[in-house]
Amino acid sequence: MKERLLELKQEALDKVTAAEDVKGLQEVRVQYLGKKGPITEVLRGMGKLPAEERPVIGQLANDVREEISNAIETKQTKLEEQALEKQLAEETIDVTLPGRPAPSGGRHLLTSIIEEIEDLFIGMGFEVAEGPEVESDYYNFEALNLPKGHPARDMQDSFYITEEILMRTHTSPVQARTMEKHEGKGPVKVICPGKVYRRDTDDATHSHQFTQIEGLLVDEHVRMSDLKGVLNEFAKQMFGEDREIRLRPSFFPFTEPSVEMDISCKMCGGEGCSVCKGTGWIEILGAGMVHPNVLQMAGYDPEKYTGFAFGMGPERIAMLKYGIDDIRHFYTNDIRFLNQFHKA
Amino acid sequence: MFVSLNWLKQYVDLQGLTPEDLAEKITKTGIEVDSVEAFGEYIEHLVVGYVKECNQHPNADKLSVCQVDVGDETLQIVCGAPNVAEGQKVAVAKPGAVLSGDFKIKQAKLRGEESAGMICSLQELGIDPKNVPKEFEDGIFVFPEDTEVGADANSLLNLDDVILELELTPNRSDALSMMGVAYEVAAILDTPLHFPSEEVAITDEKAHDAISVHVEDAELNPYYGAFVIKNIQVGPSPLWMRNHLISAGIRPINNVVDITNYVLLEYGQPLHAFDYDRFGSKQVVTRPAKDGETITTLDDEERTLSSDQLVITNGKEPVAIAGVMGGADSEVQEDTTSIILEAAYFNPQAVRDAAKEHGLRSEASVRFEKGVDPDRVKRAGLRACQLLVEYAGGEVLDGVVEYDELNYQEEQITITTSRMNHVLGTQLKNEDIKDILRKLQFDYSQDGETFIVSAPTRRQDIVIVEDMVEEIARMYGYDNLPYTMPEGASKAGGLTTHQALRRKVRSYLEGSGLSEAITYSLTTEERANMLVSPDIEGEHTRPVHLALPMSEEHSHLRLSMIPELLTSASYNIARKQKDIAFYEIGSVYVTEESVLTSQPQEQERLAGVLTGSWLTHPWQQEKKNVDFFVVKGILEGLFTFLDLSENVRFKQATMKGMHPGQTAEVVLNDQSIGYVGQVHPSLQKQFDLKGTYVYDLNLQAVLDTVTKEENYTPIPRHPSVSRDIALVVDEQVKAGDLQNTILATGQPLVQHVLVFDLYQGEHLPEGKKSLAFTLRYLDPNRTLTDQEVEETHNAILEQVKTTYQAELRG
Ligand SMILES: [Zn+2]
Repeated sequence: MKERLLELKQEALDKVTAAEDVKGLQEVRVQYLGKKGPITEVLRGMGKLPAEERPVIGQLANDVREEISNAIETKQTKLEEQALEKQLAEETIDVTLPGRPAPSGGRHLLTSIIEEIEDLFIGMGFEVAEGPEVESDYYNFEALNLPKGHPARDMQDSFYITEEILMRTHTSPVQARTMEKHEGKGPVKVICPGKVYRRDTDDATHSHQFTQIEGLLVDEHVRMSDLKGVLNEFAKQMFGEDREIRLRPSFFPFTEPSVEMDISCKMCGGEGCSVCKGTGWIEILGAGMVHPNVLQMAGYDPEKYTGFAFGMGPERIAMLKYGIDDIRHFYTNDIRFLNQFHKA
Repeated sequence: MFVSLNWLKQYVDLQGLTPEDLAEKITKTGIEVDSVEAFGEYIEHLVVGYVKECNQHPNADKLSVCQVDVGDETLQIVCGAPNVAEGQKVAVAKPGAVLSGDFKIKQAKLRGEESAGMICSLQELGIDPKNVPKEFEDGIFVFPEDTEVGADANSLLNLDDVILELELTPNRSDALSMMGVAYEVAAILDTPLHFPSEEVAITDEKAHDAISVHVEDAELNPYYGAFVIKNIQVGPSPLWMRNHLISAGIRPINNVVDITNYVLLEYGQPLHAFDYDRFGSKQVVTRPAKDGETITTLDDEERTLSSDQLVITNGKEPVAIAGVMGGADSEVQEDTTSIILEAAYFNPQAVRDAAKEHGLRSEASVRFEKGVDPDRVKRAGLRACQLLVEYAGGEVLDGVVEYDELNYQEEQITITTSRMNHVLGTQLKNEDIKDILRKLQFDYSQDGETFIVSAPTRRQDIVIVEDMVEEIARMYGYDNLPYTMPEGASKAGGLTTHQALRRKVRSYLEGSGLSEAITYSLTTEERANMLVSPDIEGEHTRPVHLALPMSEEHSHLRLSMIPELLTSASYNIARKQKDIAFYEIGSVYVTEESVLTSQPQEQERLAGVLTGSWLTHPWQQEKKNVDFFVVKGILEGLFTFLDLSENVRFKQATMKGMHPGQTAEVVLNDQSIGYVGQVHPSLQKQFDLKGTYVYDLNLQAVLDTVTKEENYTPIPRHPSVSRDIALVVDEQVKAGDLQNTILATGQPLVQHVLVFDLYQGEHLPEGKKSLAFTLRYLDPNRTLTDQEVEETHNAILEQVKTTYQAELRG
């Protein structure tokens, strides 16, 4: 009986080795380990054995069963792996083919610049204020120390709708409105972005519609050196740590003193080049200390309160930053232009 | 303002600074120098020559053969200028000279005659043709007789000069004169000034006897001074004066006119010379013009005057428009021998209005408009008299006949050192203030840290304390100002809820594949009235129009952004960029007034246009064009993002300019807020578009409705049950209505109803369609039993049968 068992074992193991697929292996299992299989049969005949041999043969039969079962298991795992490998090999794709594009849109460059500037000043404690684009003559001019007939009104030829209503020529009226809302109390700390309109013929450097972003700080002890400090901070964050600023005297009816701020030219590092017209400096914004008439008209006591204001053109900043040569690009909406700025 | 450095040097020592360094200092301290330009180019071998002989060229009619003494030799030069003549002193470019434009002068033969150089015209030496005196316009330039032969012609012609162009801000009209610029430069360089004297030799004859002055309106004409000069010989002005005028961009005419222009540039005070004998009377009367009165001005134009303009008259008729232009009748001419020289102060506003009215902005009117320095009005007259004596042989009559109500008062401004430091953030000492006032040549009195400053009349821009703050600051130097950060109570900055939400809306739209566009607010009248959303369109709504548009293209304010967005789409498609998906956030301007009495309502809206393909994956043969549901899907996504999906409905609508079957009105909480749909194909055609969809929403209303939900809904612990139903209904029944009915009837168990199929055609009767829905049942607190679901389900079927005659599809 022992021989018969060992013989069966060898037979089964050979068949396991020979099996080529899971199905064949299954047949081996049924054939040798099934209820009607030869090993079961051997065990059934064990009754004829002497009592002392029975446990020995029983043990052997169990060992043989286990050995065959293990061999089947091992072989099965191997066959399954092979089958999977084959299947996966058939599923191979060309990974260099292009993927399906995800929807891709993005902000307009001007909006991005404006938001960048907004965030920069929000970081310094400013709030964002907005106001109407169709303004009254009062807020656009008079409240800003530009009474009717003031020669400086020539400087900003405007689109009037009626004698008293016009397209705002700057975002400064928002400053006047914001101050008025604060009813003579400080601090007022806002930046005002928005669209403005002037009587200009559209060409590479002029646009009858463009954007502005202005800032205003009014409080009990605002110094001109604060203006310099804040603008310096802005310039370094916006244009780079290595940029220098300088203030030059200028004139705006709503500030006194008035200055213009230049930043050192990035192209030439201040040596002078065609970008900076040989001066080493590039004009970025206008600024100054709020004119006492403006404070007074908005209900502030100029003896007690001082303030600074500044204003700049996002178009100009974008043009400098990216070397854009025509302001009309901002309003034509050519998607080949827009898409270039949809990057992180 | 053009500033000749050679001229400026006469008043102030430029300390050997290069023009660039000087320009940099001026720019940093007060006035922007726009450009630094060499007036001419220094030309080697350019000398003064004497034409000893001038003969007709034997082989050419238009050429002359000249023997020219150039000091150390005599050169034979062939010259083509018609005005060349024996006895002239001329500018000779000897062989080796290089004229502008790289023109090299060489020894050569011209039509068989030797020529060793060239006799030059001013144009050939690089002078702007419009500044060349008339007499030399068509030929060579001729030096005055007393010019030294062989001398370097460069300096005589001022070719070694450098011109600074000053960009003057409206407040710095004091620098509209060489003296004003000299004050500024002297203050910057801290160096003394040397100005000419105004001493004049006079005759015994009294000016009073020759002329009288009468002013009718002191407001318009607070000062009028008349000088009378006799025995004048009109002729060319001296070379140095002509050079100075040319360097400032003014063409020399004759000595009398040149002297008035020279003094205008030097003092900033315009003067006018009338021919005494042609004046028409012996009295000067200034008065407001009479409406409709006429004058023929120097440029031979007849001009009609009005009563807001000031005129100079001879007591009968106007002889000049004050400060703007003189009359032709009393103009100084070749044969003039006596003149009345006017030095006056005219009301700036009156001059500005008159100059504007007649389109005559001149060097004179520009200065009167800004207000001239009262202190220099009469002095300028005296300076001109002095020059007329010296360079026109004139004899000045004794005295100036004047009317004088002019205010010569200097503004008194009290400043303190501590206020300066308070405003500037500096630590200036009294000494620093004193030093700056000294450099500026401002008079002051001091008491401790208090200074009472007299602002000189030349600086009419200095009126209030802040003007003095600026003077001190700029002279101290903005570079020296410290960098500080504001000290006041600080609070965190930030965006308003609306602004923050708007940014989120942008991010959502961009994430859905839309690109932001920015279009013009001003458009044509036609486009301003096109595709106006039903929520704006009213019986009386009309676009705002500009009083004086620059073009029809930008004459009206938009009521919708869509027309300009369609233009942008069209622009791209014409350039083979066919897939467009735009959004724009901007204002429209709504009013019912035809003439505005108040500002229009500015409404913030979200609009956009989509056309072309939406999804493409070419190698997998996938392509989906934009359609109604693409656009609607983006908007639904937006409303879901804003947690408003339950508040919004899309209602079938018809609207002018839109596809009659593919347009929906968007309704938010029963308020119409905009529309979405396909543009009417015939309108699309006008824009060269096809398959174009648009949307336009009142963003303001949308964002105002957003509430910040701060509750958290727990994730249900019990499973939901899904049931599908397919309903057969009439074609006209709207899926959205069915969906709403199902949802309403299924309360509270039905949480969600989704359309998953639409079928029409075979196996269905004509005019019917089948809509299939998935219903999700859920009770968050327990597991639903089949029976409960069944009950609700049956109720729903009952309801849709009653309302829509919907049958379950077998
Ligand atoms: Zn540069």
